[in-house]
Amino acid sequence: MNVIVDYKCGNPASICNMLKKIGFQSVISDDPEVIRKADRIIFPGVGSFDFGAGSVRKSGIADAMEHKVFKERTPILGICVGLQLMCRTGEEGVLPGLGWIEADCVKFDNSRLGPEDKVPHMGWAEVTAKNDAGLLSGFEEEPSFYFVHSYHVRTDGDDIVAATAHHGYDFTAGIVKGNIAGVQFHPEKSHQFGMTFLGNFMRWNPAAQ
Amino acid sequence: MRRIRVIPALLVEKGRLVKTLKFGARTYVGDPVNTVKILNDKQVDELLMLDIGATRYGSKPDMKMITEIASECFMPLAYGGGITELDQAKRIFAVGVEKVVVNAALFHHPKLIGEIATIYGAQAVVVSIDAKKGMFGGYSTVTHGGAKKTPMNPVQAAKRAVELGAGEIMISNVDHDAVMKGYDIDLIRAVADAVPVPVIAAGGAGSTADFVAAVTEGHASAVAAGALFVFRGPHRAVLVNYPNRAVLKAEVFGKV
Repeated sequence: MNVIVDYKCGNPASICNMLKKIGFQSVISDDPEVIRKADRIIFPGVGSFDFGAGSVRKSGIADAMEHKVFKERTPILGICVGLQLMCRTGEEGVLPGLGWIEADCVKFDNSRLGPEDKVPHMGWAEVTAKNDAGLLSGFEEEPSFYFVHSYHVRTDGDDIVAATAHHGYDFTAGIVKGNIAGVQFHPEKSHQFGMTFLGNFMRWNPAAQ
Repeated sequence: MRRIRVIPALLVEKGRLVKTLKFGARTYVGDPVNTVKILNDKQVDELLMLDIGATRYGSKPDMKMITEIASECFMPLAYGGGITELDQAKRIFAVGVEKVVVNAALFHHPKLIGEIATIYGAQAVVVSIDAKKGMFGGYSTVTHGGAKKTPMNPVQAAKRAVELGAGEIMISNVDHDAVMKGYDIDLIRAVADAVPVPVIAAGGAGSTADFVAAVTEGHASAVAAGALFVFRGPHRAVLVNYPNRAVLKAEVFGKV
């Protein structure tokens, strides 16, 4: 079962719509028991870090996801704020993140942005694959994805950086650490590039790598 | 090369897709859901759907239509029209819409902007500002499809919107709507230079050159167009269209 985690902080319907379009059934759920049965988890999110961090903890969703991610090694994909919540801390709020990856979530550094680089960074950007474990492959042309964010992930090391994109400077657009993947962009809103990417994730077998 | 967003802006009134001229005379364009399907197939960057009748006729967002449209959209979708309460915005987000657009709410329900931004983030709230140039050159902000004047000029309105929590501003000059002779560049620049958030230029695009001017001279971060994407030729025959990626690269992204 493919589960899209609904913690009242995201747009699970869009992801469900795109998965259906590419031939995958999924359920949207906020029930920790459903999450515990998942074969594959998508952890979406839009909005504020604190709202998400609070919501995901108090509902028991975080515990269920941690069991899956660390005990069962279930493949998980964080999207946007979902990725950001995997970090230790978020500059946006006061609540800690889940701390699954050696990274923090920081605001775009204004001192490194040009006058035309507004925040939120909103729009399409080309994505350059790094240590992407095959997730960013199979595109017919140079992939562009849709981004909407004021914060981005800053990792301790380059090893978990799966992709970068450019807005004033190169920032981390995706991470892969074992069975944990996360992207700052919105595949569910990125036309055929998003479909290819989500298809890659749905077929991803991190244990084989 | 800069990858700016080129956004078709579709107008709905009583369930029909229309195109206005200077916010007045309507041309029937077609069925909203079918048109969105066409634009989705053309892989547009983003889509803006505004119900221009909702505030004027005091109706609520048409959730059935919004749900149908959202399920056809594999690109970002913004919806505006008649949103006065947080619960309405919540329902709109829940069916797969990324952003809500408010216009009259800036004046009548200003708290709503912050309420939405607190839960969904500033990027989820677009404040659309419609401006009219007065006889003596100054601009005023109007609502209700241009029928009501407000006490703020567009720069004041945009700054206020950002203070309240808006993550994006859309600005248009009512008198440029569908004229297709270019945006009001002075107006767009005044607003874009006054706020730190992205500004969408709207109202008046007649060619891809107008997009370039909105960005290079108007300092906009994105461009919206209505008539250009629903009409073809001098007689304004209805034909939904959108430039392909190669054309956008050559005529827009490469020039801004």
